[in-house]
Amino acid sequence: MTISQMLTTRATAAVDVTRAARSSKLSAVALLIAVAVLTALPFLVFSTVTDTLVNLFVLVALASMWNLLAGFGGLVSVGQQAYIGIGAYSVIALADLGVQPYLAVPLAALTCAVFALPTSWPAFRLRGDYFAVGTWVIAEVYRLLVVRVDSLGGGSGKGLTGLSGIDQVLRGALTYWVALALALATIAGCYLLLRGRLGLSLMAVRDEETAASSAGIDVRRAKQVVYLVSAVGCGAAGGVITVSSLSVNPDAIFSVQWSAYMIFIVVIGGIGSIEGPLIGAVVFFGLQQLLSDYGSWYLVLLGAIGIAAALRLPRGLWGLVRDRTGLSLFPVGYFVQKRDSDVVS
Amino acid sequence: MGWLNAVVQGLLLGGLYALFATGLSLMFGVMRIVNLAHGDLAVVASFLALALVSGTGLPLWVVLVVTVPLFAVLGYLTQRALLQRSLSAGPLATLLVTFGLSIVLQNVLLEIFSADTRTLDGGSFATGSFELNGTISVGYLSLTTFLLACLALTGIQLFLSRTGLGRMLRASSDDRETANLVGADSRHVYGIATAIAFATVALAGLMFAIRSSFDPAIGPSRLIFAFEAVVIGGLGSLWGTLLGGVVLGVTQSVGAQIDPALTLLAGHLVFLAVLAFRPQGLLAGRTT
Amino acid sequence: MTLLSIRDLTVHHGQLRAVDGLSLDLAEGEVLAIIGANGAGKSTLLRALAGLNPPTSGSVHLKGRDITRFPAYMRVSEGIALVPEGRRLFSSLTVEENLLTGAYRRRPGPWSLARVYELFPWMADRRRQRAAQLSGGEQQSVAIGRALLSNPDLLLIDELSLGLAPVIVGRIYQVLPDIVATGATALIVEQDVSQALRVADRVHCLLEGRSVLHGRPQDLTAEQVEQAYFGIGAETAGKGRD
Repeated sequence: MTISQMLTTRATAAVDVTRAARSSKLSAVALLIAVAVLTALPFLVFSTVTDTLVNLFVLVALASMWNLLAGFGGLVSVGQQAYIGIGAYSVIALADLGVQPYLAVPLAALTCAVFALPTSWPAFRLRGDYFAVGTWVIAEVYRLLVVRVDSLGGGSGKGLTGLSGIDQVLRGALTYWVALALALATIAGCYLLLRGRLGLSLMAVRDEETAASSAGIDVRRAKQVVYLVSAVGCGAAGGVITVSSLSVNPDAIFSVQWSAYMIFIVVIGGIGSIEGPLIGAVVFFGLQQLLSDYGSWYLVLLGAIGIAAALRLPRGLWGLVRDRTGLSLFPVGYFVQKRDSDVVS
Repeated sequence: MGWLNAVVQGLLLGGLYALFATGLSLMFGVMRIVNLAHGDLAVVASFLALALVSGTGLPLWVVLVVTVPLFAVLGYLTQRALLQRSLSAGPLATLLVTFGLSIVLQNVLLEIFSADTRTLDGGSFATGSFELNGTISVGYLSLTTFLLACLALTGIQLFLSRTGLGRMLRASSDDRETANLVGADSRHVYGIATAIAFATVALAGLMFAIRSSFDPAIGPSRLIFAFEAVVIGGLGSLWGTLLGGVVLGVTQSVGAQIDPALTLLAGHLVFLAVLAFRPQGLLAGRTT
Repeated sequence: MTLLSIRDLTVHHGQLRAVDGLSLDLAEGEVLAIIGANGAGKSTLLRALAGLNPPTSGSVHLKGRDITRFPAYMRVSEGIALVPEGRRLFSSLTVEENLLTGAYRRRPGPWSLARVYELFPWMADRRRQRAAQLSGGEQQSVAIGRALLSNPDLLLIDELSLGLAPVIVGRIYQVLPDIVATGATALIVEQDVSQALRVADRVHCLLEGRSVLHGRPQDLTAEQVEQAYFGIGAETAGKGRD
């Protein structure tokens, strides 16, 4: 028996390593019920409610993707609107080719993966904050390229074809389900991804990149996977935005405002946890609904809240909840307990 | 003979870009803050000048003399009251705080001045020009802008290299802890860096305002220019920033000569090419 | 007269209690050497005295004035200068600019740029070179010169010999008497025990953050020092651990 084996055996004999906290088993049941209710919602409430909720689901998806990128991958991007735009325009283009728009949404997500792979090459040459603004420039390049394509409507944008044959109520419900599916898929995707081998790698990289790479973790590959997944998620969100609004405008869809929203939601909710973006999205959505009558003052207030949250709540609302209650809905970390059951960490 | 003219115009514009980018570079170099509100601050300066000129009828140069020091003071206060606190809350906090500031500034401007596109009337000076050997037309304004930018950059360079406080700024940018050890109060040093950044951004904002039209939402697209100039030139060197600004200006100007729609795209593509093939910038920073 | 007085000082380095209830006094014009093995808390002590690591408890008085909670830059004005471990010169600044950063909070006193160039004559010729281009020993000299330019009453030197050839170390230590002769008091941390015993008026040996042996070099036997250094022997071990 080598020394390292001996140490490992001794260490494991002394502690229990568990994944789920007790609370997460209870909350799993609650989550299932919530999903069931949300799925049935188009049969229960007026379409105005479900139409607004589409926006919430899009925000949840975008924020989860940004959180995966920044909170777990350490890649702070201000350019994810590139993929929102590419996703949106892919749906438009595919619909023009005769693809059913709802089916075009997953295809648009795939298109984003195709674009993200070569894009990551120049982007990954930048570190830290320069990565952030570099990705923004890349998004601008995509916008400037798209407006040069006349068949995509140039600078004034284009309407979505192929949905006019569907009954308006059914269309609203379908859009709602697609948006819900998107939100659930991004959350589930993050959860599964982070529970797996990649999650461990990413957390190691986040804590100490040099040590992680010397421990045999392919840091670059791990980050690339995260970048691709995030592009796919944002692309699908762009697709949902298009089937919901039935048209696309290049300046709006490639707007850096999307990044502002994503950062805002994730930081308010709590970066680096799956629950954070969810809570942040709900809070942001609530503020949007409450303050939308106040015009641009609403954005002023939003900016001020963002500043205050960054200064006062560095770990976000979810950090606050977790500190108070120890609750975890989506445990991706580990709980290490001594055999005599006092908690080590 | 439009090409040579395009290059000269780009060169002159590049000086302005460099001046505009200096503050971004300085704040990043000294504090590692990427100020996402940088472009919006320039727009605030533009609107402030517009309000002063139309409200008080003061001549433009007086407005300039008032606005630039005012912004320096604002910069110092912003650093002490806002940015310093965000520095201790982690790297994402500074990004979010400056992003939040950007949104606040944009929308306050929108509330006060509406979304209309404005111009600042520089009078005959702004439109006048002289001809060089019959083919190149040099605007008085572009030339003045360029010279002022060079003057400001030289002044900052002298401050950084010749004064004790300037040396402390550079020392802090190399190694903050050791700078504290030899007597730098980092909050004050950071405040000074931000004050210089704000002053230069105000100067650049005023010049942008006379040169071209502006609206409350134009800040972010201006910020991209500053960022590109900094990265193209290479971090940590003022002369690199000047070179980056000039490269960006000339590229945009030549791109516009081919097709006006290519102006921005050409600049972005040169930026991405630099990233891909020479990520440390054309003039690599002296520290690396 | 007592220049520096440390009482029950405890400093944490992360979770670790690096300095543990340490008390010591330093008289004006004295050279005190702190020796001890790796991780004994020597560097943390110096960093705490310079204001880089805030102490958890205890007090530090300089010339009778309580400076326990002063930030680093204020301590420079009070008369403390640290030559940090690993030199830590500003790599983008020239030799002369590095020295001048030390004069930013200059106090009245004997040290000036010219005087430092007198102490290290090679420096004047190379003052326009970047600090990064110097050898380790040269960098160490610049770091000392930088600290001297603030005209400190108390000069703290952390691991001067680290990574330098013995002949270079000897040459740098040669200037220490000149420095002390101008009125400065020196507190040096040194891993090279024989070097420390040679230059110091008094030594303290640290073990796990506590002083386990102190006295004048001539009064200490090699065996005592060795035992204190490694924490062996009933007496020192008993003092070192509870």
